Amino acid sequence: MPSYVNPDKCDGCKALDKTACQHICPNDLMALNRDLMKAYNREPEMCWECYNCVKICPTQAIEVRGYADFVPLGATVTPMRSTDSIMWTIKFRNGTLKRFKFPIRTTEEGKVVPDGGWKTNNADLKSPVLFTEPESLGLPEVVTLRH
Amino acid sequence: MANFKTEVVETDLLIVGGGMAACGAAVEAAHWAKPKGLKVTLVDKAAVDRSGAVAMGLSAINQYVGLKDGKNTVEDYVKYVRSDLMGITREDLVYDIARHVDSSVHLFEKWGLPIWKDEGGNYVHEGRWQLMINGESYKVIVAEAAKNALGAENIYERIFIVGPIMDGDVCVGAVGFSVREEKLYVFKAKAVLVAMGGAVHVFKPRSSGEGLGRAWYPPWNSGSSAYFTLKAGAEMTCQEVRFIPVRFKDAYGPVGAWFLLFKSRATNGLGGNYMVERSDELQKWVPYGKVKPVPANLRNWLMMMDVMDGKGPIYMRTEEAITKIASESGDEKAAKKKLKELEAEAWEDFLDMTVSQAILWAGTNTAPEEKPSEIAAAEPYFIGSHSGASGAWVSGPKDIAPQDYFWGYPNMSTVNGIFCAGDASGASSHKFSSGSFTEGRIAAKSAIDYIVDHPASKNIDQAQIDALKAEILKPLDAYSQFGKTSTDPNVNPNYIKPKMFMFRLQKIMDEYAGGVSSQFKTNKALLEKGLELLQYLKEDSEKLAAEDLHELMRCWENIHRMWQAEAHVRAILFRQETRWPGYYFRSDTPSMDERDWKVFVNMKWIPKDNKWEVFSKPVISIVD
Repeated sequence: MPSYVNPDKCDGCKALDKTACQHICPNDLMALNRDLMKAYNREPEMCWECYNCVKICPTQAIEVRGYADFVPLGATVTPMRSTDSIMWTIKFRNGTLKRFKFPIRTTEEGKVVPDGGWKTNNADLKSPVLFTEPESLGLPEVVTLRH
Repeated sequence: MANFKTEVVETDLLIVGGGMAACGAAVEAAHWAKPKGLKVTLVDKAAVDRSGAVAMGLSAINQYVGLKDGKNTVEDYVKYVRSDLMGITREDLVYDIARHVDSSVHLFEKWGLPIWKDEGGNYVHEGRWQLMINGESYKVIVAEAAKNALGAENIYERIFIVGPIMDGDVCVGAVGFSVREEKLYVFKAKAVLVAMGGAVHVFKPRSSGEGLGRAWYPPWNSGSSAYFTLKAGAEMTCQEVRFIPVRFKDAYGPVGAWFLLFKSRATNGLGGNYMVERSDELQKWVPYGKVKPVPANLRNWLMMMDVMDGKGPIYMRTEEAITKIASESGDEKAAKKKLKELEAEAWEDFLDMTVSQAILWAGTNTAPEEKPSEIAAAEPYFIGSHSGASGAWVSGPKDIAPQDYFWGYPNMSTVNGIFCAGDASGASSHKFSSGSFTEGRIAAKSAIDYIVDHPASKNIDQAQIDALKAEILKPLDAYSQFGKTSTDPNVNPNYIKPKMFMFRLQKIMDEYAGGVSSQFKTNKALLEKGLELLQYLKEDSEKLAAEDLHELMRCWENIHRMWQAEAHVRAILFRQETRWPGYYFRSDTPSMDERDWKVFVNMKWIPKDNKWEVFSKPVISIVD
């Protein structure tokens, strides 16, 4: 399919100027049928199965059915992504269930400071020293080649 | 003509792209631009949070030198890359990225990327240069840094950049269109940093249906960097050095953790190990064949020889590797615990970056501890950041580069005002995610320096904009003019839709330039025939048609792919030897020729004559 939308769950992100899945799809695949107010994948054969639409959907209306030209039917892989971790549920074709949870970030969302707290410099623009260096390298200076 | 409004955005530095290199550029440029009062703008065809090759996430950082721990030197990294690329690499560029890359990885960790640590608090290495991460949100975190550095008002999303705006031989901006509203965008800039990734779907993929999209590298990487630099008249390098990854078959899940971390073997259908049974073949490719680790393309080659001899399927022996590690971890209880841990690690490796492979395992009832999984060579891709090398020819750093490789500003192309990073810059392979981000930083600082030295505002000729607008919107006009002359919008004698255009390109490349169904082999006669067919395709690109903005983007993506394809065919044709047998094999020149061909193949398209020039450039070594 690969990503597909469950019409019972999709509400077209009503009241928003664009749907979450349209906003996030890196390949511009998700589109909104304005008559039905339902989203759909308009080019499933260009889908990378990156799961970004699945993860972002506020109503959990999007799932992935493996590529039908090489994946036997019946398996599902379903994420539940929170602010600091992701839980995956894997269902095998034969019914076996597996569940894994992994961390995804160690800081609060939105709080990233570009210099990372490393000491910045205002060295010469023509020098090779980048703005957080040398401290962020853990070295006294940026190395160079001894000709 | 389609009635689009034109929006003009004036800036100092324009970053084109939103992936790892572009985000690195944004973070670095913001710092240096601020005290000079310069404006930095980033434009992405998707949403920065999840754009580029790391959109899904990654399970490893493949470039970390570990300089502060004193275990490796920058020179060690240069030697590794040089051997992997069979001697053809810009050592100055590789050196430059390697000396800075740790700094970027340390930033990622501060920003919140979970990097695996051992009990002693040290990074867990997958291999000598690779770190294991919990990387589902790798891109989200890096994008957040870029957004916080630039400010939301300086980021334009869902704008597809078609190409450069030139003033004579100087680049003065970029032109594109919104894929959300009928608007043409003209970005006027004093320097442009190109970071639009590599190219996928130039060659026919193995899959024929829905699975077309499951390329190893993402399908939205459509050769836009190559087109931008080629059209500006920039010199390009290593256009023949495509990359063919060997990955888990069909879903292309990563194999790095299996080969490096779990020490798995790969065996053929008869149980033989091609790395052992075919080791004599490596002698043909010395000195590189003797190097450890064996260069990626030679490992590919030994496996391909097995496949060509009908000895498939090739299996990654996951069950053997996992059982071995578990049994070495102590008593039965310890082994059981270890097995659980390895199982989670194996699944996470896929779930972080190739969920499709997890679906394929689940769909085929595959538990890696119980049965092996097939691996295969994917179709060729253009990716200068990995073990391919295609990209623009850029200046090295002043303190490192040989004289012939330095022209004033690190990472500037041969066109004034165009800087390149990530897949856009060539001959500096093995930068991966962290090195691409780092190269973006290097290029951005250099671009700010260039802007300070060249402060004059640029002129944009309105006639050029009008002409570009007409050219860009032509596919919409073709559809509105002819769409009604057939009851099927996709079958019409007056135009070609982008999907069929792409299939035609892929078929030419597959059959004439050594794709999957030609077993990656080609020769002069095939390439010349392919070039002839590419010329018809180029003529027909004038007849592309688009029903809407989405399809208009697809039209231009495929024109970009076509230019990448032509550059590739011309480069393979020029190099009369076989140097990377596991990437492509020239059957008419089947050996490596160190005497005559240990050179770069460079080229450029001359805008005013509409002609290509292909020539060699010497490889200058800076590390013994």
